[in-house]
Amino acid sequence: MGQKILLDKIHIPGIKTYDVYRQNGGYAAVEKALKHMTPDEITEEVKTSGLKGRGGAGFPMGMKWSFIDKKSGKPRHLVCNADESEPGTFKDRYLMEHIPHLLVEGMIVSSYALGCNLSYIYIRGEYMWVYKILERAIKEAYAAGWLGKNIQGSGYDLDLHVHCGAGAYICGEETALIESLEGKRGNPRIKPPFPAISGLWQNPTVVNNVESISNVPWIVLNSGADYANIGHGKSTGTKLISASGHIKNPGVYEIELGLSVDEFMNSDQYLGGMMNDRPLKALVPGGSSVPILPAHLIYKTAANEDRLMTYESLSDGGFATGSMLGSGGFIVYNDTACIVRNTWNFSRFYHHESCGQCSPCREGTGWLEKVLWRIENGQGREEDIELLWSIQSKIEGNTICPLGDAAAWPVAAAIRHFRDEFEYHIRFPEKVKDRNHFTAEPFSQVQHLMHKQTL
Amino acid sequence: MEKTLHKQNINISESLMARIEELISHYPADKRKSALLPVLHEVQDAHDNWLSTELQEKVAEILEIKPIEVFEVVSFYTMYNQKPVGAYHFEFCRTSCCMIRGAEDMIDYTCNKLGIKEGETTADGLFTVTGVECLGACGYAPMMQVGDYYHEHLTPEKVDQIIADARAGNIKIHDK
Repeated sequence: MGQKILLDKIHIPGIKTYDVYRQNGGYAAVEKALKHMTPDEITEEVKTSGLKGRGGAGFPMGMKWSFIDKKSGKPRHLVCNADESEPGTFKDRYLMEHIPHLLVEGMIVSSYALGCNLSYIYIRGEYMWVYKILERAIKEAYAAGWLGKNIQGSGYDLDLHVHCGAGAYICGEETALIESLEGKRGNPRIKPPFPAISGLWQNPTVVNNVESISNVPWIVLNSGADYANIGHGKSTGTKLISASGHIKNPGVYEIELGLSVDEFMNSDQYLGGMMNDRPLKALVPGGSSVPILPAHLIYKTAANEDRLMTYESLSDGGFATGSMLGSGGFIVYNDTACIVRNTWNFSRFYHHESCGQCSPCREGTGWLEKVLWRIENGQGREEDIELLWSIQSKIEGNTICPLGDAAAWPVAAAIRHFRDEFEYHIRFPEKVKDRNHFTAEPFSQVQHLMHKQTL
Repeated sequence: MEKTLHKQNINISESLMARIEELISHYPADKRKSALLPVLHEVQDAHDNWLSTELQEKVAEILEIKPIEVFEVVSFYTMYNQKPVGAYHFEFCRTSCCMIRGAEDMIDYTCNKLGIKEGETTADGLFTVTGVECLGACGYAPMMQVGDYYHEHLTPEKVDQIIADARAGNIKIHDK
């Protein structure tokens, strides 16, 4: 049983309310921080913890904090990114829904460390009922004197509000999020300047994920070194994993980083193995943007080492044979899943969500979707696989924000590892007319056709 | 701006205005525009779930910004409806994790049951069915959003029940 930092109190009845949260040690980190620690000491602890941003990019949180401009004298802001929209990811929602005061407490301590007096939680508009839960939690925190002027007599002031988006994946990109918080379209900004210098209303701003901020109270109450002792190597601490797809026990799990993928997948304590005991075909370990892994690269790396739930092990082998931990959106596919259909589905998502600023992404995602759709529907052409490869390679690296890369990578990985399935769709169009073609006849059962017949 | 074809009765009630003022107070006094997204949600909820051009102009007036600043936001975000939709807007997640757990079948089932195609509204104006992108309920698939709430682990029986409840007016759509 791994250590729990975030979900250890989640099953206490009533933990959603202020009183129960407080009775169970809640807001002790704020007390400790305001009474006994300077802002810089907290930042140092967070640096020591090795905590990497839990939204997906994995940038060290303490380092991000240290970039905030304190010299200009402008007001500073902390903005929590609760725009959780990466397909496969539903962990932040779980935290906010069930233990909202943990995020509020994390926001207070982190805002204090950064010297912010006005902070926001930006939540996606679809999580409207969670928005209301947070609004109530914030009201309770104000009433109990944890927010507002002169918090607990410390002289520190903080106003915290929750702000809702309105349906745009791109607002999870931090500069698009800031634009959206300013009441504009979610168009990512050109960087530099980075938000740490010029963010919300041109003020120095740090944007951190819900899970990242929720770890800060524990680090303050214990220490950065204690946090760094949990986990595996440079992958310190615990990670929330959102598990979905063809598994027995979908849901949100807090794991100690370093757990093996095999144990996470198959232990009854976690995912309990494959739904209906069908064969495992593929895994997207970190949200839709990260490369898909074929069955033989899931439990073992290409170097035949155990694949672990760490930033390093999941990316072992680079994009050729590895993937990424990303947001922890762990999507499992069995042999009834069609990789072409799934890749088309992802491309449709990115096409829908592209903000339209950069032409490689705006046009390219649409082309990917269209070409994938025709292959999936038995109208593919022989040259389409090369065409897809060419399109994705011209999106990657050529856009203002990483949405372009996120759209390109799944296509590249699908072709890299499942090229024969694309070829099958093109060569046997009559076999893929029904959208559930691999449910009746999994690819493994028809793969032999590929050897018998040539174009 | 082009005026909308459908008429919408605009009524910014006292309680709605109080809520709008509360939202505006969350931002610095010279940053009223920042309240635009939350304000649009409130205004849309109070106006049959859509925002006519005239209503958008009203929001611009309240926030002291130009109408185009509202329009460019409304047309960017998927949750704002520029045309009337059904009283119960069934928004099914159709992205990968939901798709592989039967979302497409569930959308087909619901559309057949209601006698409409995806994207359409029933003649009585009660229901609209739309496929939308990932709603962050991947582990609880298939699922749909109706107003402020999620309905998860859907089965045909659950969909039947939701439709029956909606017809009887027994579904809560907003948390106000």
